[in-house]
Amino acid sequence: MPETVRGLGVSPGRAAGRAHRMAGPPPLPAPRPVSDAAGEVRRATEALRSVAGHLEAHAAKASDPEAGAILEAQSMIAADPGLAESVEKAVASGLDAVRAVDAACAHHRRALEEAGGYFADRAGDLDDIRNRAVATLLGLPMPGVPDPGHPFVLIADDLAPADTAGLDPAAVLALVTLKGGPTSHTAILARALGLPAVVACRGAAAIEDGTWVSVDGALGEVGVGIGEEAAAAVQREAVEARERRATGHGPGRTADGRSVPLLLNIGSAHDLPEGEGAEGVGLFRTEFLFLDRRDAPGLKEQVAAYAAVLRALPGRRVVIRTLDAGSDKPLPFLGLPEEANPALGVRGLRTSRVRAEVLDTQLDAIAEAARGGEAEVWVMAPMVSTVAEAEDFARRARGRGLSHVGVMVEVPAAALEAGRLLEKVDFLSIGTNDLGQYTYAADRQHGELADLLDPWQPALLRLVAMCAEAGRAAGKPVGVCGEAAADPLLAPVLAGMGIGSLSMSATGVPAVREALGRLSAARCEEIAQRVLAAPDPAAARAAAGDAVR
Amino acid sequence: MPEKTVTIASRSGLHARPAKIFVQAAARQSVPVRIRTGDRPPAPATSILAVLALGAEHGTAVTLEAEGPGADEALDALAALLARDLDTEEPADA
Repeated sequence: MPETVRGLGVSPGRAAGRAHRMAGPPPLPAPRPVSDAAGEVRRATEALRSVAGHLEAHAAKASDPEAGAILEAQSMIAADPGLAESVEKAVASGLDAVRAVDAACAHHRRALEEAGGYFADRAGDLDDIRNRAVATLLGLPMPGVPDPGHPFVLIADDLAPADTAGLDPAAVLALVTLKGGPTSHTAILARALGLPAVVACRGAAAIEDGTWVSVDGALGEVGVGIGEEAAAAVQREAVEARERRATGHGPGRTADGRSVPLLLNIGSAHDLPEGEGAEGVGLFRTEFLFLDRRDAPGLKEQVAAYAAVLRALPGRRVVIRTLDAGSDKPLPFLGLPEEANPALGVRGLRTSRVRAEVLDTQLDAIAEAARGGEAEVWVMAPMVSTVAEAEDFARRARGRGLSHVGVMVEVPAAALEAGRLLEKVDFLSIGTNDLGQYTYAADRQHGELADLLDPWQPALLRLVAMCAEAGRAAGKPVGVCGEAAADPLLAPVLAGMGIGSLSMSATGVPAVREALGRLSAARCEEIAQRVLAAPDPAAARAAAGDAVR
Repeated sequence: MPEKTVTIASRSGLHARPAKIFVQAAARQSVPVRIRTGDRPPAPATSILAVLALGAEHGTAVTLEAEGPGADEALDALAALLARDLDTEEPADA
């Protein structure tokens, strides 16, 4: 009987296939006394040989020669006579096969780390070999991304960058994790690869390997035990949807032509896609210029970095956000003291209370870059919570000739004061990730609280709607630049509330463009009303989902 | 004991592909070959772990040593390999 388990949809799209689980590293059992040393050595070296054979077979099958070469080198490490020698020594010192493999790998790991540089990068190979050999010895499932030989839905506890480095997007149909939140590595990776993903899905723990499942990365639903035929139907639909999206182009608009610009979130000029490109940039994070530095970047360096982006987008809007730092994103030259509660400390615009000259130099640089380019430069400050802060920021920016000045809405105080903020500034941009974190008092990094960070939470949506309403009343634009903007189910809801632009990473644009293009503006408004009336995220999603279908 | 010193020509050093090619070639020789940097103790050239642990970068001088019949030929062959930039060459067997 098919059943549905729910989690948090963090990367939209649908996919279906057989589920395969990623096993974690095997736990080391208690040491065993050794009676047959030769037997222990034999078992340990056989396990290493089997790992080497497995890696070699993988290397031969690898479609990417780079990946193949890495696997081949890994296989050689597993078969290395030096490793076997260390295993023998470890057994001679009284360790059983499992402990001997562990000790031998640890020994060589240290040797590589001491070699330093890129030699030390190979230390991770020994961890992988150790985990595989220990799993082989204990008869446990092989750790790492599984390789069932056919495309599959990857089920995991959580995914770390190391787990996914070798992940083949052609073999993985979708990601489902038991833990993680909307800003977890899994979510970011899935969106970058365009894979549907559901996180914080505890119900997935019971899914058995090989079960046919469907994944809806927008609704956060996983259908379990759906059977091969239903899975094939979902896959056919998914392929059609992908093709429709691939052929879609042009500006964001509703079916009846109301413009909803689809802008990009970028960190530097490198993030701009090639070709005809974007309608504009809705969030240009400037932090990259400031990270890993002893001193603040100078005026010239900043002008060059901003100009590189502005040059690429003549005649289009580029919203530059001033430095967003704090003790959670520490910058040594700011000299901020450690704080017990960084999320509630001196961050965002608040850093200018301590180091006003850093913001002044940045605004000088933005103004100079703007004068030299043809892009329409908007500038905004992060983490604004009072009208006075907005007024001060606007005065500084306008004093330098910047004419489109706005603030981000990331704290409930700013959303509640949206109307008064818009008396002082020209636009608002809502950062839904932080606004969710502060509205629900739930740390964005906290895996156990992912449900509270759901962008479909009613209080968050009401605050967004209040901002949109304030914008409508003032006749000034209000946009959304958090991950919520990239949710194709939520995008029509936001548009229906009166949000004027949506800003997201480039990979999110095609699905949002398609979703908006299917509905009239009036229909979006109707859906928004229904969603705002829903008492919880599941009901809100269902209301939007029903309306779209 | 016959030995030969050569400078690593591969741009990434004796790492990744160059290390793999070298270790595979060492395994094909008729005599055991050892490799060292400076005065450090020599390691078997057939051990990729030992070769990586040398930390030999581009421009590092390494010394190969071998003994017995065929030692000179083995040293010549392996030294010639290290003197080439193995990063830029097409894989012969791929």
